[in-house]
Amino acid sequence: MAATLPPPRLLPSGDSAVTVEFSRTIDDTANQRVLALDKALAASPIDGITETVPTYRSLLVHYDPGKIGFDALGEKILPIATRPLPPATKARRWRIPVAYGGEHGIDLEDVAKTLNTTPDDIIARHIGGDYKVAMIGFTPGWSYLSGLDKSLHMSRRQSPRLLTPAGTISIGGIQAGIQCLAAPSGWHLLGRTPVRTYQLHRNPTFLTEPGDRVTFFAIDHKTFEDMDRAAEAGEIVAEQVVA
Amino acid sequence: MSRLIVASIGPASSVQDGGRHGAQRYGLTVSGAMDRLSLAAANTLVGNEPLAAAVEIGPFGATFTAKDGTVRVAIAGAPRNADVAGRPVAMDTSVTLKDGETLTLGFARGGAFTYLAIEGGIKGEPVFGSLAVNARAGLGSPYPRPLQAGDEFTVEAASGAPELRIELPKPVSGPIRVLLGPQDDEFDDANKALFLGSEWKISATSDRMGYRLEGPAIKHLHGHNIVSDGTVNGSIQVPGNGSPIALMMDRGTSGGYPKIATVITADVGRLAQTSAGTAFRFKQVSMAEAQDEARKFAQLIRTLPDRLRSSDTVELNIEALSDANVAGYAVSAVDAGTWQVTAEP
Repeated sequence: MAATLPPPRLLPSGDSAVTVEFSRTIDDTANQRVLALDKALAASPIDGITETVPTYRSLLVHYDPGKIGFDALGEKILPIATRPLPPATKARRWRIPVAYGGEHGIDLEDVAKTLNTTPDDIIARHIGGDYKVAMIGFTPGWSYLSGLDKSLHMSRRQSPRLLTPAGTISIGGIQAGIQCLAAPSGWHLLGRTPVRTYQLHRNPTFLTEPGDRVTFFAIDHKTFEDMDRAAEAGEIVAEQVVA
Repeated sequence: MSRLIVASIGPASSVQDGGRHGAQRYGLTVSGAMDRLSLAAANTLVGNEPLAAAVEIGPFGATFTAKDGTVRVAIAGAPRNADVAGRPVAMDTSVTLKDGETLTLGFARGGAFTYLAIEGGIKGEPVFGSLAVNARAGLGSPYPRPLQAGDEFTVEAASGAPELRIELPKPVSGPIRVLLGPQDDEFDDANKALFLGSEWKISATSDRMGYRLEGPAIKHLHGHNIVSDGTVNGSIQVPGNGSPIALMMDRGTSGGYPKIATVITADVGRLAQTSAGTAFRFKQVSMAEAQDEARKFAQLIRTLPDRLRSSDTVELNIEALSDANVAGYAVSAVDAGTWQVTAEP
């Protein structure tokens, strides 16, 4: 039998939630453990847990203190959280179209200048990445991606923009992102996708799940307009790669 | 069917309920009433489920007019002057509007949010089981945005049930109770003591997303950036400028600032009802106490129907009267409160 993994920290987030923290930093093994615990709790629910929220490095577990107390819940979670990681299963993979630069990616030129290269080279490096949805958070459908090419790691903007467009494809720090709704952001905007990761009256409402794999491909701005109309009408427009 | 017309309403007013659960993992926040107990009290008065959708009314006044029939409603939460065609209506009571009659609500006299529940409930299309307005995500029904004058609700005609009042326990006073964490280890003892020992005021720039706290700057041990993790209602995060923000119902589902403490479930509504500029303090409690209070709070909401009384037994609320006199209002002495004049039925 494989050795158990070091236990996570159980941090109280008030009286009705516990943060199960595997790492303080962005770390792929920690993220795998977060997603494995999330999956295990979905497969064999613990009575009293009401909702789980996976993030890069921790799983936030909401629970009803009328059904289970903090200590009792911790005792149930720890043995599951220290199990060896299950063998990797085939993840769902999305190919996401992106219109880079121009009005859709107003920071592309500046990012190229900062990194002493050309916009085309930045696009190539961004497209070259094999990404994983590490978490979804902040606003509906905002997918945080790990797997950004190291040469594209750069600190966030000094002052965040108060509003960035729906569908923004951006990079910030060591992360890449797919933003669904218009929102404030301090990240560098490389382009826009017509794909809605969240659309209310579509089935599914949410396209991406934590653990999904993502790659990008370039489309021209005319194609963006066509796909954007189709997406508005409820088409998914992202390509799902069947393994 | 009758209609209830929003004849006038101030900002920060919207349809809210017990919130939208189950999709925080997709970045969709919970929303829902800022003060669940008052929402539940108003709903209970008109026979609705405690956390059914009702109108959450911000600090300014509002008027509602019945059309095409009678409408029975109830009000609870931040106290205000209220009347129907000149007849005073007490807080924590139900009232029936005849066709064409208008319920007029004044400014909140302390607190921020008052709940107007409608007998038979608000009709709309739930998303993730909720009608609650989340304007950023374009969610909420019948209007996916704050309410405006001219909006209307299609409602059941009033049942004709006798009017009721609800006898709520005396409001808890004193500090807002918190549990430290989840990132209290990002602060040294001196700064934790500064947080727990200082007087705070809620900034006027606060909203349903977060309450900004004015007081001393809280310093971090290792800087203000952490790797984003999940948030809850009542998470108190400390951004780079050291001014804490208590995250409320429209919070982002994840955040990248260290969270020094979390308001206990039983006190989130109390914090929500703390007016901008009012001084208050925090107090650390143990997990055992916080969970005990959370269970009592849930029990109180479940047993609200036991607290319904005939509205013929009128109470005098001395505090409301004296508050109102200080503020220069002419006010009805009939208000839900602490000092009972007549015996219970």
